[in-house]
Amino acid sequence: MSEEKGLSRQQMCNRLAREFADGWIVNLGVGIPTMCANADFSDRLITFHAENGVIGYGAIAAPGQEDKHLVNAGGQHVLPKPGMVIVHHADSFALIRSGKIDVTVMGAYQVSEKGDFANWKLAGAKGGGIGGAMDLAACAKRVFIVMEHTTRDGSPRIIKNCTLPITAPGVVKMVATNYGLFRIDAAGVTLTEIAPGLTVDEVKAATGCPLVIPDNLQVVAT
Amino acid sequence: MQRTKIFPSLDAAVADIPDGSTIGFAGFGGVGTPWFLIAALSRQGAKRLTCVSNSTTARDMPPGAADMSAIVANGQLAKGICAFTAGTRPSQKLVFTEWYEAGKVEAEIVPQGTLAERLRAAGAGIPAFFTPAGVGTEVSEGKEHRDFDGRTYVMERALPLDYAFIRAWKADALGNLQFRLSQRNFNPLMAMAARVTIVEVEEDVLPAGGLDPDQIHVPGLYVHRLVKVDPKGMPA
Repeated sequence: MSEEKGLSRQQMCNRLAREFADGWIVNLGVGIPTMCANADFSDRLITFHAENGVIGYGAIAAPGQEDKHLVNAGGQHVLPKPGMVIVHHADSFALIRSGKIDVTVMGAYQVSEKGDFANWKLAGAKGGGIGGAMDLAACAKRVFIVMEHTTRDGSPRIIKNCTLPITAPGVVKMVATNYGLFRIDAAGVTLTEIAPGLTVDEVKAATGCPLVIPDNLQVVAT
Repeated sequence: MQRTKIFPSLDAAVADIPDGSTIGFAGFGGVGTPWFLIAALSRQGAKRLTCVSNSTTARDMPPGAADMSAIVANGQLAKGICAFTAGTRPSQKLVFTEWYEAGKVEAEIVPQGTLAERLRAAGAGIPAFFTPAGVGTEVSEGKEHRDFDGRTYVMERALPLDYAFIRAWKADALGNLQFRLSQRNFNPLMAMAARVTIVEVEEDVLPAGGLDPDQIHVPGLYVHRLVKVDPKGMPA
């Protein structure tokens, strides 16, 4: 991880989770995105879908509470929730492909200013891990990314063009990093909210493409 | 008259699998993984296998269990067809990845939904289908593309199996199967895609009629061999 600047991982996820609207079906990727499930949804009905066919699962199971037959897409034991449904893998992806997922939140190595993103294969690697990312990225109504703003060695992850093999072209709508919240559209990348304690110049210096800075730039509420 | 599908042991159930077979291992995140059958396959020793599985590793395995890594490490694998050919974290070094990088096994990486649908298609008499997943990426290179209603799709072929390894919660003597919670995952699809479906069953096999017909996830006509296992572990 790069230096602990700006938002914590949970704060990044909490900010993205505020975008989830009442009634949404939400798919959370492995890693940081799973922390979106810890956000406060007391004012909205949110249903979590996992690639392995679990629709409407509950919280991560505490030690001793695990059911050996129930995991989420990250292989974490989760608790059943009233109304939960199980389907097989082909039906799980049928509902993904037919656009029933309102948002998929994924991690990424890189996001381009055109909304391409890369999250399945590292430079020079022969193997990779696609999992359900390509199906979700191509078919969910919205793709949100949550990631550290820079790599371990300080290189920007939001860049002009992805140099790693991409997961899908032109699909990312919103990115939350420890530096703030970013929108991607025809205008390119807009910094819509900045993390507390950071300056616009710091964000620009750590970003590999031009940033649109709105006049009414907000600070991420934490 | 009724012939039994119940086999006396895991080893007996996999004994005739020849070299060069294509075998599907169901399971996801260590749930519904037929890890005792995979262990039996590693003892049986068939070579030049093509193995189809979401990933190459399972977690929290009980005694006597194995995942695809065992088949790789045993020199039995020619090719893996998977949604993950590397770990989910860069620091994770898998046995499969090492063998793949050394050029000792081949790999075909497939988006997970495409993998599921290729198996479903094989079991549904459909030779190919079009999906938007992977369009514009490395995995669709060289494949046929076609536009429908203004959107580009890539053609993917059905993936028939010679053998499917399945893990079920309950079964009856006719091979009708029931899964519990996320155990279902790839299991019904692989059962439908295979010429010979071999099942490790967690609970005692029930007589015909022991399962509610409305609550059966895989009809027994797709199932050929059943072996009762102890979920807590098996002698190797």
